Amino acid sequence: MIPMLRRILRTGIVSEPPPESAGEREMARLGNEILRILGRALTIRQVDAGSCNGCELEIHALNNPYYNLEGYGIKFVASPRHADLLLVSGPVTKNMEHALKVAYDCTPDPKLVVAVGDCGCNGGVFGASYASCGAVENVIPVDVRVPGCPPTPAALLQGILAAVRR
Amino acid sequence: MRFFGEPIEFDKQAGIGSPAWRGRAASGAELQAFAVSAHRNGGRLAALWGEDRRRVGEGFRLHAVFGLDMGHAWLGLDLPADNPAYPDLAGIFPAANRMQRATRDLVGIATLGGDQRPWLRHGAWPADWYPLRHDAGEGRDFTNSPSDYDFVQVGGEGAHEIPVGPIHAGIIEPGHFRFAVIGERLLRLEQRLGYQHKGVEKLFIGMNLAEGARLAGRLSGDATCACAWAYAAAVEAACGVSPPPRALGLRALMLERERVANHLGDLGALGNDAALAFGFAQFMRLKEDWLRLNGKLFGHRFMMDRIVPGGVALDLAAPALAASVEQCEAVARDVKELKKIYDEHAGLQDRFVTTGAIDADLARELSLSGPAARATGLILDGRVHRHGYTPPPPWAMLGVRPSNEENGDVAARAAVRFAEIFESLRLLRELAVGLADSELRVEVPPAAGGQGLGVVEGWRGEVLVGVAFDGEGRLARVHPHDPSWQAWPALEHAVMKDIVPDFPLINKSFNLSYSGADL
Repeated sequence: MIPMLRRILRTGIVSEPPPESAGEREMARLGNEILRILGRALTIRQVDAGSCNGCELEIHALNNPYYNLEGYGIKFVASPRHADLLLVSGPVTKNMEHALKVAYDCTPDPKLVVAVGDCGCNGGVFGASYASCGAVENVIPVDVRVPGCPPTPAALLQGILAAVRR
Repeated sequence: MRFFGEPIEFDKQAGIGSPAWRGRAASGAELQAFAVSAHRNGGRLAALWGEDRRRVGEGFRLHAVFGLDMGHAWLGLDLPADNPAYPDLAGIFPAANRMQRATRDLVGIATLGGDQRPWLRHGAWPADWYPLRHDAGEGRDFTNSPSDYDFVQVGGEGAHEIPVGPIHAGIIEPGHFRFAVIGERLLRLEQRLGYQHKGVEKLFIGMNLAEGARLAGRLSGDATCACAWAYAAAVEAACGVSPPPRALGLRALMLERERVANHLGDLGALGNDAALAFGFAQFMRLKEDWLRLNGKLFGHRFMMDRIVPGGVALDLAAPALAASVEQCEAVARDVKELKKIYDEHAGLQDRFVTTGAIDADLARELSLSGPAARATGLILDGRVHRHGYTPPPPWAMLGVRPSNEENGDVAARAAVRFAEIFESLRLLRELAVGLADSELRVEVPPAAGGQGLGVVEGWRGEVLVGVAFDGEGRLARVHPHDPSWQAWPALEHAVMKDIVPDFPLINKSFNLSYSGADL
C-alpha cells in the first residue's frame, strides 16, 4: 500500500486543460451547457462498426489521466440504452450494418451521433465495397464528423463537445 | 532442399528477410503428408490462403505456410479451375479450420469434408459468389441478409448460453462470443468472428506498391508497424531488393516502440480488469507519454506509413534518438517500480494466478505464436536465435533475449509482457546507439510475376504477408496473416473451467485483433 501511495503522490495530478481551440472559458460554458441539456453528465456508447482499431486506441486514451474525460462528467457506458451519444468508428462493414442500426434504434433521444476517423467520415482507405457500406452516414444519421487517421484525443474531445452544442 | 524426407523440393527465398523456402506440392495427398510430417516434427501452421490464377491460364492455387525450426516452408498446391478442392488439414493442424473456411468464402476453393460452415460470409453476399475471383465483379448490389450461425449446442441440466456481441460492452472491436455455462462456471466458449471483414484482400488487387503499403498499415491499427514491415519485406523478397541498414534499424526501432506501447496499455488494462484503477492510471499515463514522443519524433502517434517498401519514409536525427533513449531510461525506472507493486498486490495476483491457463502442448497444437505462446514456455520468437535458426537483420546482431514463463496463465502472460518491455527498452537503446549510416530507402522495381513472403515478430506474435505480382507489376494478390488467427482458438480453450467474470481479464491478457484477422 505504501509504495502505491508514494507513487500516487509523486505522480501528482497530470490532467490537462481541455484542447486549446476550445478555450478554457469556452469549456466552462460547454460544461454548463452539458449540465443544462443533459442533467449531470454525458454518456457515450462507442460502437466500432469496422475500424482497424486505430480509432479505438485514441478513444481509449481519452480515459487516461491526461485527458481525464470523466472529469468533464463524460462517461462511456456499456449499453446504447444508457447513452446520449453514439461514437461510431468505421467504415461500417456489411457484417456490422444490422448491429449498428439496432444500436441506433436502442439509443434514447437526443441520439447524438459522432462519426470517428477518416473511415467513419468517408470510408477512408476501405471505401464502399461488397463488404463495406463506407461512411457511417450511409447507415445511420450523423451529427458531427471527426476526421483523422486516427483522430487525436484532443480532436475527439472537440468533436464530442461540438455534438453536445448542437 | 527437402524437409523431413518428404519428396517436395524447396528453394530458399532470396534476400535478407526472415528465412523462407518455397515448394510445390504435386497433389493434395502430398500436401497432407507434408503437413503430417511438419506436425510430427513440432512445426506450426503459419498461414493458409487461396489464389485465383485462371487469368494466367492456370486454375486456383492453395498456399500453406508452415513454421519450422529453421524458418518458414511455403507450399503451393495447384488446383483445377473446375471443382477446386483439397484435403482438410484441420485434423492435423486445428488452426486450419477457420483459415480454410475463410478461403472457401473468399476464393471458392473448399476442403473435401471437414467443417463447412461459412466464416467471413455472414449473408452480405451469396454463397456461390466469391469476391477474390478475378471475374467476380464489384458485388456491391447484393441484399445484405444476416444469416444464423450453427453454434455447437451444449445440453444437460442447468446448462445455458450467454450470447455476447457483436457489439461488446467496452471500447473494443466487434465479434460474437457464445458462452455455455452452468451457474457461473464456463463450460465452453465459441467465437463467431468476421464482423470486421471489410474486403481488404480484394482492395489489394491491382494496387501499386505505395497504395498497398498504406492499406497494409491499416490492417490492425495497434500493429501498424509490424504489418507494414511484413508487407514491405514480402514485396522486397518478390522484387529482389534489400532495404539499407539504417532503414532496418529504424524499422526495428519503430517495431519495438510499438511493442512497448501495447504492452504498457495492456498491463494497465489488466490492472483495471482486476479492479486496480491505480495500475490503469499509471500505465495509461506512461503510454500517453510514449505516444506523444512518437508523435514528436515520427509525426504520428502510432507511426503509420513510416515503413515503406524499400526502406523507411523518415529519418531520426541525433537529438531525436537521444530523446528516445532518455525516455527508455525513465520508463524502465517507472515500470520496474510498478512491476514490484503488481507482484506484491495480493488482490491482483489472486485474480491473475491460475486464471485462463493453457499449456505448452496445447499452444503447440494450436500453432500459437507471440507472448501467449512464450508464456507457456515455448521458445518461439522470430527475433531470437534458436537451434538451426538465425534471425534476419537487424535482430541477428542484437542478441535478443527471449522472454519466457511456464504457467501459461494470465499471470504468466503479464510477466512475459513485463519482461518484453524491459528487453525492448534495452533493444531501443542499442538500436539508437548503433544505427548505421546509410541511405534510407532504395528503389523497388516491381517484379512482374514475382512472389514473396514477409514475416515479422510483432507485439502480438508472428505477422506474415504473402504477395504475388501480375504481369504488369501490380499487386495481383496480397494475403496478410495476423497471429490472432491462431490465438483466438487458444482463448476458447483458456477460459474453460474459469468463471464468467474472469473472461474480460483472460481476454485482455491475450488482447487479440479482430480487424487483423477478419480483414
